[in-house]
Amino acid sequence: MIKSFKKRIGALVTVGPTMLWLGLFLLIPLIYVIGISFLTKNAYGGVDFIFTLDNYKALFSSEYVKVFADSLWLSLETTVICLVVGYPFAYIIANAPKKWKPALVLLLMLPFWTNSLIRTYGWNTLLRTEGIINHFLQWAGIIDKPLNMLYTDGAVLLGMVYALLPFTVLPLHTSIEKLDHSLLEAASDLGASKVHTFTRVILPLTMPGIFAGSIQTFIPSLGFFFISDMMGGAKTMYIGNLIKNQFLSARNWPLGAVLSIVLIIITLILMKLYTRVGSLEDMA
Amino acid sequence: MSNSQGNVIIRLTDVDKSFDDERVVKKLNLDVEEGEFLTMLGPSGCGKTTTLRMIAGFEVPTSGQIFLEGEDVDDKKPNERNVNTVFQNYALFPHMNVFDNIAFGLVEKKVKKDEIRRRVEEMIKLVQLDGMEKRMPAQMSGGQKQRVAIARALVNRPKVLLLDEPLGALDLKLRKQMQGELKALQRRLGITFIYVTHDQEEALTMSDRIAVMNRGRLEQVGTPEEVYNHPETKFVADFIGESNIIEGYIENMTDDSIEVTMESGKAVIHETGYRMEEMVYLCIRPENLKISTEAKEGFRFRGQVREHIFIGSTNKTMIEMPNGQMLKAVTPAEDELIPVGTAVNVFWNPGKAVVMRTKEEQIYNVIEQSVEIEGMTNDQIF
Repeated sequence: MIKSFKKRIGALVTVGPTMLWLGLFLLIPLIYVIGISFLTKNAYGGVDFIFTLDNYKALFSSEYVKVFADSLWLSLETTVICLVVGYPFAYIIANAPKKWKPALVLLLMLPFWTNSLIRTYGWNTLLRTEGIINHFLQWAGIIDKPLNMLYTDGAVLLGMVYALLPFTVLPLHTSIEKLDHSLLEAASDLGASKVHTFTRVILPLTMPGIFAGSIQTFIPSLGFFFISDMMGGAKTMYIGNLIKNQFLSARNWPLGAVLSIVLIIITLILMKLYTRVGSLEDMA
Repeated sequence: MSNSQGNVIIRLTDVDKSFDDERVVKKLNLDVEEGEFLTMLGPSGCGKTTTLRMIAGFEVPTSGQIFLEGEDVDDKKPNERNVNTVFQNYALFPHMNVFDNIAFGLVEKKVKKDEIRRRVEEMIKLVQLDGMEKRMPAQMSGGQKQRVAIARALVNRPKVLLLDEPLGALDLKLRKQMQGELKALQRRLGITFIYVTHDQEEALTMSDRIAVMNRGRLEQVGTPEEVYNHPETKFVADFIGESNIIEGYIENMTDDSIEVTMESGKAVIHETGYRMEEMVYLCIRPENLKISTEAKEGFRFRGQVREHIFIGSTNKTMIEMPNGQMLKAVTPAEDELIPVGTAVNVFWNPGKAVVMRTKEEQIYNVIEQSVEIEGMTNDQIF
């Protein structure tokens, strides 16, 4: 009796604060969001306690479908570019001499210890019409008029790739590092060229890393809004911006809640997929 | 070499390999003949695996040349050499089943599909893995994986098969069985095998010739009988089988014999070609070392019986010499034992002791060689 009481105290002291934290800042807000999504917005930016499904019906209007499609497409582009850029990089780190490895990983991580807003402003300084790149190109005589680089979809993509690259590289690196070097020797011994060694051995064996890297890039990229705000000039609307606007500008909280719920559901589906592949990998 | 045709298929000339200033292989010269089973034997770190990897093309010699079928392969990548390797940890592709693993090399060579099927199935039969075509490597035992690795290499019909401690991870019984199978396979196919191992028994039972390596140098190359019965260096005598190694120097010589003085006595040996006062090692196998309470002609070498150890079919007797050295004598189990504590005469039958030059003599030889290499005269060194 006393023993189990002691046990309970122990559990309460250790797990309790975390449970409290999750309850206060995750569970209650989530229930709140779900609740609001079924209510009606009123003229003053608040909500009236009238049950409705109109907010969900609004999702299927063509403008919101387009926002979702644009967002998914941007995230897909970001993920693919991150993979193409990140794979060689991860491969180089994984195969670098031991004494170089920590330095290379540090170089990758270093920018991410500074605030991401500040780093995005850094890109502004580089890309804007009066920015460093345009100045340089004009000085060098390559262009006459400054290029319009900032506030384009390309700039948003660049910012996304830049912000998310480490999320792709780290799982890839882990996966490539696990690769048994003698398998590459065996492939070469059996007559495979470098390209075939890559396509027939390295690529299939690092698939779990590619998958993990993709999911870990895709999920956060869906929710980013400040990059498209700052580098895209809010020209194209993405899910993140849309949600932010519903809560802060349009004051349509019920719609914002619905959009948030959809985003959470997409994320959960992807996470489920991710853990499934993860457990498959463990079995192999 | 029973099944060699005398054609040199691999030649290594003055092959040297250094990793970060550490010389792993030193001026290695070796000819491998077509169709032979050559074993590279030595303790870990002796450079045997590095040598094998240089032949395969995974490492490039720091200096020296490797010839495959008379052709210098210095600039040839592993995939351009007509040799295949069986790796120590098998290195099977974990994402491919047995069939695809074995077919890997043939697919690379763009062999036609039906021929691939035919050749792979033939190999699967040869290594007795019938019905396992669809198994994944993770679902197989060590012995089965080993068979797949061998089949995967042999299906390419290489001129030479390189085996890097292929049986190292198997348990004793399976290892013995696989030794027999590998040897039979090699005889049947007539392919040259270069086999790396640190297990001297494995080397003795399987090889046509053994190349013994130590600290990057080739100590001796010869048939199993030669390296066992006539070791050329103390290392070879010590490494292959059990040996009594006794230090001495030559005090007297006649036309056909030398008298060796040791710390614990003297012995006359019928050997020639040595200098007076030269330091030598005597190497006597335990089965050739005899003891008796009676004196033997030519020997003044006495010790005391310390211990008898029963090892099944034989007895091992430990004899302590006056200088504290323990000698081992092995006798058949049915022979009568001399009681522990008895003072005995130690001797051996003529021709059963191998005389070897000591390290000092070898060092002298090495210095002479290096003088030759550096192109300096003796005056510059001494």
